[in-house]
Amino acid sequence: MALTSITFHELHHKMLALKKKREQQQLNGGNSNTSARVISGAQIRVQKDVTELELPPTIELQFDNPNDLLHFTVTIKPADGLYKGGVFPFSCEISEDYPIKPPKFLCIPKIYHPNIDLEGNVCLNILREDWKPILSLTSILLGLQILFLEPNPNDPLNKEAATELARDRHKFSTLVKRSMLGGYVGEVRYDQVLRR
Amino acid sequence: MAAFSPLTDPSIGPSLRSRGPFADPDYTPEFGSDSISESKILVIGAGGLGCEILKNLVLSGFRDIHVIDMDTIDVSNLNRQFLFRKEDVGRSKAIAASEFVMRRIRRGVRITPYFGKIQDKPKEYYRGFTLVICGLDSVEARRWINATLVDLAAEGDIVPMVDGGTEGFRGQTRVIIPTISSCYECSLDLLPTKRTFPVCTIANTPRLPEHCIEWAHQLLWPKNFPQRKFDADLEQHVDWIYDQALFRANEFGIEGVTRSLTLGVVKNIVPAIASTNAIIAASCCNEAFKFVTSCNPVLDNYMMYSGDQSVYSYSFCLEKKPDCPVCGSLAQDLTVPRFFTLQELLDLVAEKPKFQLKAPSVATSDRNLYLRFPEQLETLTRPNLELKLIDLISESEELLITDRSLPLSLKLRVRFTGDSERPKDSGNLSLIR
Ligand SMILES: [Zn+2]
Repeated sequence: MALTSITFHELHHKMLALKKKREQQQLNGGNSNTSARVISGAQIRVQKDVTELELPPTIELQFDNPNDLLHFTVTIKPADGLYKGGVFPFSCEISEDYPIKPPKFLCIPKIYHPNIDLEGNVCLNILREDWKPILSLTSILLGLQILFLEPNPNDPLNKEAATELARDRHKFSTLVKRSMLGGYVGEVRYDQVLRR
Repeated sequence: MAAFSPLTDPSIGPSLRSRGPFADPDYTPEFGSDSISESKILVIGAGGLGCEILKNLVLSGFRDIHVIDMDTIDVSNLNRQFLFRKEDVGRSKAIAASEFVMRRIRRGVRITPYFGKIQDKPKEYYRGFTLVICGLDSVEARRWINATLVDLAAEGDIVPMVDGGTEGFRGQTRVIIPTISSCYECSLDLLPTKRTFPVCTIANTPRLPEHCIEWAHQLLWPKNFPQRKFDADLEQHVDWIYDQALFRANEFGIEGVTRSLTLGVVKNIVPAIASTNAIIAASCCNEAFKFVTSCNPVLDNYMMYSGDQSVYSYSFCLEKKPDCPVCGSLAQDLTVPRFFTLQELLDLVAEKPKFQLKAPSVATSDRNLYLRFPEQLETLTRPNLELKLIDLISESEELLITDRSLPLSLKLRVRFTGDSERPKDSGNLSLIR
């Protein structure tokens, strides 16, 4: 209700009526819990987002503490593409400012990927500059999966990998296979990420 | 010194004595004067806005003011946070501000400081205020106080909130009457998100000084110090980022990396402008004055001010969002027998035609009781379904229920009734009101 449609007089009456109702409730034996914490808007949003995720079987979530929905591991197991057969866990951290701020993702193993650097930083537009509060966790997780199906040489975080992908897709594919086995590409030794 | 009287005070007396054309029909000068003397106001934040607000409130005749702030005074605050002096550096803002106002501005007023977080105080603490004014720079704190006040309003105690905010030459004032007008959470999606840059630009093609700083901050720091978390309050940390950013800027021929810009980027701060704070604080206190005295209508309900390109101001009404997670569904009372299990509660709620839930998940403010998804959490929380509700939650504790079929969430306050032992022949739920 807009305040223009309500005079002060009415507002004060309304406030008084509510107060009376509450006193009545207390008389009737109801009591309010004085110590209970208030459920925050962030908590509601996270609970909705997490319990209503719609994920393909190639994406799994793992929580260390079932009472903490703000920290978890997401594992992507691509069923297709150059990274097929790999298992890619990411740590996820949702801040108390969610959904104003996007969640933070880091790839845990060291992998050879044009859009992921050796420290695990991910270049995905909706994780940073294109994040909007109306987006949900589902959209980010699907976005992460797409990075494995369609690595993008135009937004490089691992420059060597991006150059290789743009130049010779076949050779790039061989290097991806080698890196996933735990082998060297150039100077860097990557982590073994093949599904056992 | 004669006792202060709002009606004869040269500054506020005239506003109280003459009826405004839009004043409440019941308004009398005595009512306005008494209301202001009897009111109890809470100010959240004793920083740039808070100092102005405290001074304005006292000069407007308010006598019982409480102030909360968790920060201590930094030397960089002294240029605009005028209640503080050099010797106050390191002290609590709330305490120093209270002392200054009581000593220098008006004797006889009582200002009660609290040095700590708003979250330290129980919900009950907030029930006793006539009005809350926020001069905060944190979205999280605003969301918290907003949810708390909406919760109180659902129980019948309406404590309005006047929220001021500034960023550089811009600012806004907003009046929130919890459950009656739009709340802070209703318009959360309209908030500008933090200015961010694509990681790949930062990593490969920097063009702005900010790109160089973000490169050192986001990428280089975790790489060089994987074990150490960056702390923007530590001088050596900021210096390191500044040096690295400067080096990179030189490499790419980018100008403008300074230490203060570095601090601004890593702390995500926009320089505070003293005059913007003064304008917004004045507007907040005007609204508080009008609300408490009812001498004139309050702002309905949002005012924006922009002073960066000439001067522009505009006010409009933010509408309530029907599916607002905070004020869209107020906690409802539900009474169940003491012997009820969590499963029985969920069945009961699911059956109610009002709700029609399909696969509800339920939590308290700090524990997940049953989550339908993901699988791991479903397995972990499933044993709770068989437990007695009374062993899981305390009387009147709020439960949050989410479900795919609900556009938003459902909040329940469960009360218990009857015996804790299940009667022999109780398959039926007809006992339940
Ligand atoms: Zn709302």
